[in-house]
Amino acid sequence: MDKFYNRDGKVILDKMVRAIQENKDYLGEVDGLIGDGDHGMNMNKGFTLFQQRYQHQNYFFTEGLEYLGGILFNEIGGSMGPIYGTLLSSMTETVNTAGSGTEDVGGTVMEDISGTENGNTANMSAGDIKINLEVFCRMLSHGMEELFDIIDARAGDKTLVDTLYPAVESLRSSVAEKRPFREALLLMKEAAEQGRDSTVGMIARYGRSSRLGERSRGVPDAGAVSCCLLLTSMADGILDLIS
Amino acid sequence: MQRIMKNPDEIVDDMLRGFLKAHSDLVEKTPNPRVVKARNIQPGKVGVVTGGGSGHKPAFIGYVGRNLCDAAAVGEICTSPTAAAFLDAFRAADQGKGVACLYGNYSGDNMNVKMAVKMARREGIEVKTVVANDDAASAPLDQREKRRGVAGEVLMWKAGGAKAAMGGSLDEVVNAAQKAIDQTRSIGIGLTPCTLPAVGHPNFEIREGTMEVGIGHHGEPGIEVCPLESADRMAQRMLDVVLPDGPFEPGDELAVLVSGLGATPVMELYVLYAEIESRLKAADYRIHRAYVGNYFTSLDMMGATLTVTKLDPELKELIDYPAYSMGLTQIGRE
Repeated sequence: MDKFYNRDGKVILDKMVRAIQENKDYLGEVDGLIGDGDHGMNMNKGFTLFQQRYQHQNYFFTEGLEYLGGILFNEIGGSMGPIYGTLLSSMTETVNTAGSGTEDVGGTVMEDISGTENGNTANMSAGDIKINLEVFCRMLSHGMEELFDIIDARAGDKTLVDTLYPAVESLRSSVAEKRPFREALLLMKEAAEQGRDSTVGMIARYGRSSRLGERSRGVPDAGAVSCCLLLTSMADGILDLIS
Repeated sequence: MQRIMKNPDEIVDDMLRGFLKAHSDLVEKTPNPRVVKARNIQPGKVGVVTGGGSGHKPAFIGYVGRNLCDAAAVGEICTSPTAAAFLDAFRAADQGKGVACLYGNYSGDNMNVKMAVKMARREGIEVKTVVANDDAASAPLDQREKRRGVAGEVLMWKAGGAKAAMGGSLDEVVNAAQKAIDQTRSIGIGLTPCTLPAVGHPNFEIREGTMEVGIGHHGEPGIEVCPLESADRMAQRMLDVVLPDGPFEPGDELAVLVSGLGATPVMELYVLYAEIESRLKAADYRIHRAYVGNYFTSLDMMGATLTVTKLDPELKELIDYPAYSMGLTQIGRE
């Protein structure tokens, strides 16, 4: 399959939560090397809060991203709260505006939807939205653009952007090359992992560790590690759904 | 860990409970448990808000009171408050005259404040910000925008808070706070690392017999690590960083603040202050007002920060204005 229904997306969020919970200590250790060591704790706190609050509820992929983003944003704080809160909740904006038809980004979603056997877009619910490679790419791209609005870090600064940017670029090239969704996700995971590893050789130029200068070289950035966990677990969740 | 705690993960809430009970004459809670506001805010004035991570007592909530900050957003230990908390602090402080948000230069705080300011604007609350960057050791002078805010924030709140209490407009409050921080330089010396309660052990090291010059409030590494020195050499070393960096010239009137980092006995701060003052006087500076104590700490770190502010007539008036809060109470100068 080259797409999944928005309504089936809860399993993706489950995977993301588990990835953070299982790597809580590891994230703390990585952060402790050049940061203050609380990244694992804070991430775990936010994701577990989301799990506790919504695990018995059915929600769509976009709703889950919105709920999770909202908790990180409104209840966690620090740098991580607004960063991941903005990234995740902004991802849903391109999908949620689909019905309005006022933005060109929405148009393609509608085409994707109307291209289905259903065809009837008038009575669509958000759960009926089908998320294919193009839609997913647009979601993540938009999340990144919104993130760029609040942070000054760009690729090469030893932050999560070094994971996120190549992952988005990989998705964009897969869209251009019209690769199958599955292949695109595998390539995105690879790009994210390479991006994460690329931070080892970098000197931090943004955030708290930027004051370490040369001393920040030699270890990965904790945000790049957690971002990689999120992107790969998101991809794995989608892969489960479409295979 | 030899600590007074319940659940280390909830230490901020437990601390807030005690703070609100102990200082109920000065502060009160708000609908947002992570926002503390002053009691009986003077009507009709510009709001003054601050906020930051916990672990720096008396900063930040200790400077909520009369003629200082009207409200403060409270974050987790060493973690910026949420944008929602900053927004609620703006709401608590706004009286229709706008709000000055005076905070320190940290990436998390910058992001959350920036978003809260946007949200406030949508509600019709005008917020202007001043970002403290007084830590001379945290980046070179030509990259001042990267410098952290440390104990100089106290002088920024003092100036901005007094200006607002005297009936200043939002622009006047922001300009006064900006001037105070622009004319302020600080430096810290760390003697031991600090420990996050939920982590249980320090995540950096300062070896016995050494000191870290230029250390940040979260243990950010400083300029150099050198053998522990006696107070006179320490004082000289701090002044050697602070004075050439700032707008200071012999003959200037100064406010001088020496703050402990949390675990250094206050007695030792006076030992350090004596050395600082005699050197400043020898260099022909005049000390208009001095503050010595735990004004802005870093959990259980040992060490001290020196903050020097160059005063002009306006700043002198603002610094001398009466103030009432847990962290700073002073009567007016006769």
